[in-house]
Amino acid sequence: MILTNTTNYFAELITYLSDKMGMGGQILGYVIVAAIYLAFFALAGLYLVYLERRVAAFFQLRLGPNRVGPHGLFQTLADALKLLTKELIGTDRKDNLLYHFAYYLVIIAALLSLSVVPFAGGIQAFDMNVGIFFISAVSSVGVLSIIIGGWGSNNKWSLLGGMRSGLQMISYELSSGLAILTIILLAGSLKMTDIVHQQEAGWFIWRGHIASLIAFFIFVVAGTAESNRTPFDLPEGEAELGAGYHSEYSGMGFAWFFLAEFINMFIISAVGVTLFFGGWLAPFGITDGLGMQWLWGLIWFFLKVGTFIFFMMWFRWTFPRLRIDQLLTLEWKYLLPIGLVNIVLMAILVYYNVIF
Amino acid sequence: MSYIGNVLGGIKTLLTGMKVTGGYFFPSIINKKYIITREYPEEPAIVADRFKGEVVMWHNDDNEHRCTGCQACEIACPNGSIEIIWDRVLNEETGKKIKVIDQHIYHLGMCTMCNLCIQACPTNAIMWSTNFHNSTYDRSQLTKVLNKPGSKLMAGVEE
Repeated sequence: MILTNTTNYFAELITYLSDKMGMGGQILGYVIVAAIYLAFFALAGLYLVYLERRVAAFFQLRLGPNRVGPHGLFQTLADALKLLTKELIGTDRKDNLLYHFAYYLVIIAALLSLSVVPFAGGIQAFDMNVGIFFISAVSSVGVLSIIIGGWGSNNKWSLLGGMRSGLQMISYELSSGLAILTIILLAGSLKMTDIVHQQEAGWFIWRGHIASLIAFFIFVVAGTAESNRTPFDLPEGEAELGAGYHSEYSGMGFAWFFLAEFINMFIISAVGVTLFFGGWLAPFGITDGLGMQWLWGLIWFFLKVGTFIFFMMWFRWTFPRLRIDQLLTLEWKYLLPIGLVNIVLMAILVYYNVIF
Repeated sequence: MSYIGNVLGGIKTLLTGMKVTGGYFFPSIINKKYIITREYPEEPAIVADRFKGEVVMWHNDDNEHRCTGCQACEIACPNGSIEIIWDRVLNEETGKKIKVIDQHIYHLGMCTMCNLCIQACPTNAIMWSTNFHNSTYDRSQLTKVLNKPGSKLMAGVEE
């Protein structure tokens, strides 16, 4: 059943360095891996912002940023440079500790979830046996950071945004958790690499047919809601709340929240791809015989994640924002009952072995 | 049954919306002709004919204008944007002294583009230009002399 036999390149690097240089080498290895993830965090965040702006522009028959560098590729880098040099202005009598802790927490939550995402066979910081559970646990910490940021800002609109976010994310965590559980029933493992290797016989969206499809729809809706994107961007709600929980942040404080939002979108997409679309596996195994499997893995993974992200952007530029009561009706009266029925359906399917 | 109907109806309306926006996205990413944005400095701007950019005086190829110096525009202007410096010159043929403009001075910086001077002009000497590149580094450059140097009145305008 367990097919895992790939080497983990990050673990190899740390083992190699600690063999060579002892304790210092081990720490150096950890620092290198952390630096790689931080660099990925910043670059992916920036380029997702760029992608979002371009995609939004084409949806509205505009061109989007196209002046800084070829096709405007350096636009968001320039924006980040600007934000780095800006002064951090906070409100009077803000809760200094919580106000500044909030954006560290949001980065920590995003990076921790990123660390268990398998980018390709062997390219993953931790391959723990409760990987997918770890992601859903850690992504709840992101809610905390938003509530803390809203509370610490000493601004009623920020607090309202933070409270809304808590309400929304805790509600939708349930549905996404149920969708993930449905797939875990099929996979029989919480380990990310196991889940991917299980799909060598066929992606779970195909193997679990009807139940997987319903779980996928629930996951997409709940995932969009968890990443605080339109049509579920009530925590920001610029029409009602200014900018919601990050109204009172400026410069890099704001930028971290902004980047983390996009990284969360990436993580939701990566989890969706891992659970439903076979992670780094090539469709029908078309590149299996070729060399450089890790590179092909990366290419397929990012292609799939890119498609997923594009759909989330498509949702953003199509659907109007929900009202708070509509949001809760959708979750508690539709997604949750359907998810519960679906998990029973999947259990029956797995028990009678009517999966492909 | 209406519960499942609600869900399916909801999915259907969402897909309808996505079809509409996708119908904008995919053509515009393939072909640039669907994009509305004009990249102005590289592409010429589209300016409507009736756009009121600044007041200009029409001259023909022989450097002749139609302004008789009647000062109707100067009187019509509500905020004194127009000043006409004029003189009386003896006409050799008729032996009469007639008014001739020396400088038709136009303060673009004060002009509100109200159109009253152009409506007041009896000989259609001044008109709107659609030029909008009017910003300068010094406001003294906004004071313009509308009649070109050496220009004179077109024959037959005064009759």
